[in-house]
Amino acid sequence: MAASSRAQVLDLYRAMLRESKRFSSYNYRTYAVRRIRDAFRENKNVKDPVEIQTLVNKAKRDLEVIRRQMNSRSVAQAEVHWHNLSSLQPLPPQFKQFSYLSLLISWDYRRTPSHLANFCIFSRDGVSLY
Amino acid sequence: MGRDRCSGQPWLASDAHPNGHECAKGAATLHHGFPNAAHQLSTPHSDPEEETKMGLFGAEERPGRHAHGATHHEAHLDAVEAAWLGLSVGTHGHRHLRGIGKCGPRRWPKSRLYVSHGKRRGGRSRPDESLPDRREALPGAWGPGLQPLRKVGSASGTMLLRAAWRRAAVAVTAAPGPKPAAPTRGLRLRVGDHAPQSAVTADTTAAPEAGPVLRPLYMDVQATTPLDPRVLDAMLPYLINYYGNPHSRTHAYGWESEAAMERARQQVASLIGADPREIIFTSGATESNNIAIKGVARFYRSRKKHLITTQTEHKCVLDSCRSLEAEGFQVTYLPVQKSGIIDLKELEAAIQPDTSLVSVMTVNNEIGVKQPIAEIGQICSSRKVYFHTDAAQAVGKIPLNVNDMKIDLMSISGHKIYGPKGVGAIYIRRRPRVRVEALQSGGGQERGMRSGTVPTPLVVGLGAACEVAQQEMEYDHKRISKLAERLIQNIMKSLPDVVMNGDPEHHYPGCINLSFAYVEGESLLMALKDVALSSGSACTSASLEPSYVLRAIGTDEDLAHSSIRFGIGRFTTEEEVDYTVEKCIQHVKRLREMSPLWEMVQDGIDLKSIKWTQH
Repeated sequence: MAASSRAQVLDLYRAMLRESKRFSSYNYRTYAVRRIRDAFRENKNVKDPVEIQTLVNKAKRDLEVIRRQMNSRSVAQAEVHWHNLSSLQPLPPQFKQFSYLSLLISWDYRRTPSHLANFCIFSRDGVSLY
Repeated sequence: MGRDRCSGQPWLASDAHPNGHECAKGAATLHHGFPNAAHQLSTPHSDPEEETKMGLFGAEERPGRHAHGATHHEAHLDAVEAAWLGLSVGTHGHRHLRGIGKCGPRRWPKSRLYVSHGKRRGGRSRPDESLPDRREALPGAWGPGLQPLRKVGSASGTMLLRAAWRRAAVAVTAAPGPKPAAPTRGLRLRVGDHAPQSAVTADTTAAPEAGPVLRPLYMDVQATTPLDPRVLDAMLPYLINYYGNPHSRTHAYGWESEAAMERARQQVASLIGADPREIIFTSGATESNNIAIKGVARFYRSRKKHLITTQTEHKCVLDSCRSLEAEGFQVTYLPVQKSGIIDLKELEAAIQPDTSLVSVMTVNNEIGVKQPIAEIGQICSSRKVYFHTDAAQAVGKIPLNVNDMKIDLMSISGHKIYGPKGVGAIYIRRRPRVRVEALQSGGGQERGMRSGTVPTPLVVGLGAACEVAQQEMEYDHKRISKLAERLIQNIMKSLPDVVMNGDPEHHYPGCINLSFAYVEGESLLMALKDVALSSGSACTSASLEPSYVLRAIGTDEDLAHSSIRFGIGRFTTEEEVDYTVEKCIQHVKRLREMSPLWEMVQDGIDLKSIKWTQH
């Protein structure tokens, strides 16, 4: 794989900051933004391409961690939201698609989801695939 | 220790005061904003001279203590108002003040009870007595469009406050078209989504809250820590898909869980420089301490009958030792110096030929002192005594190596290092082998030392937390030291008569215990209601005794009652520290203004020379 260029690293940095700002918890948000900034600044002058690639890979993994957090937190808030609304109130449209199915998919990042569909019994929209 | 602010407020003390304020003789109950010393220095002398001397105070003092109380009460009620507690004066036992014009019963307008979503539902002007039921009914009863910030209730409301905070956090409402809530009082509570440094407002598509859920700033990391997002990420697969029992040997679910468990074991071991086979997973540091102390003592009971520990240990260690004493062991509780650190010479002198174990905690959870673990390990290994350390507050925060420090047993807690609650580990040395009698019998899991299914998600979380801690240790330590320095300097330069408990040099920076003279700790905590803090006194004790740790380091009674513990962690921000400092200074000044002892000190009277009388 070709070594990451400066532009790619900057894109990654910007993407990470963008995702981090979506944390709804003040402490997590400020920590993520601060830590990302400090980490990129600290490694600003690294020259060795192998080391750069290692750092970039780690950063990509962390970006995925944050992205998954955003997904799962949306679902968690949707769940709470679901519990707290009276049944007469219509669910906002963006949540109609949300279900544990998406959560399961987003968390199954280590394996191919071949057998995943067999176990999706926790859908909120009433669909039970089993 | 997990102590939290209790509901034992002074004004609900059972020896509460009728008109005239007959304070119960010798009662250790604390009173409003006045330091405890005012009561504790009462002597039973009825010397006529002293009485006339006291007459100056006495005649005024009694009603004065509460005419002061009127001003105090105003301030108190202001605090209460700001807290949106719809308390009437009567509810918290100030009936006697009703006659004094100002402090009549108040009824709070309904609108103050809720975070303004523009809608008011439900009549809540009356303090609600049946709180437990109400708590249960809360989500449904409040209905949509409403976000009660505080629960109205009786003055035993601290616990309810916390319940209300929790409820408010859970009750994320999304009533269509509500007005966004701006904190109307200018009281900057948890910033939520209005964080000034966050240029991007919260993603409203993902989180359709009507407004921020305001919660206190969290400055109590010694009690517990929030879960690091990386730890949660590691745990979730094992809570959703990979739910197998790690001890099932016959199928893939078991194998993958076991692999995860072993990986976590390796992560924990590498943080402390141990071998993975030496790590046993438990349910927390309390269980680990029990296994270490009782297990080692009982195994070697035939030849060794003596244990050594310190007076500042965690309750679980002291309690385990006490139960061993009941079984016939002898325990020496070493005193600590004023700095909080034990005297190594005393330790050496205390070791007897039949000593089996020495237990000294690495970092104290109340005052943050670091004991000289390497030196103690050296002494113990030279005298062939096992050395156990409760490292719950130290693991992942300061570098620890069980081989360099010659530690034989170590307790680790998950929820102190940004991991999940309900999990911990114990390190038990294999070379030379430390034999431990198992406390929990069962299927022989964890090398027979702790039977029971290992909770895979929790141990994966613990492992991830240890790995993250190892990577972040230097960065966190530098940052926390800087923030701690900032907090201490800013408080000390603005307020006189502030004492930091514990040795300033051998000290973990993230745990700061300050005593504010002439201010009562509980009232300061009540005043700092939008910061989650802990005090030094044992809230669980009905007599509001000061903490035994503070007593062990020789703090005066009055200073011990006025101690507050500030915890700074990985996620604490500079703004939070600044806010805490500012509020602390403001409230200490306010409480001191109300304190007659402070007045006397300002007039140059030496408090130790006062002879208090009983009346």
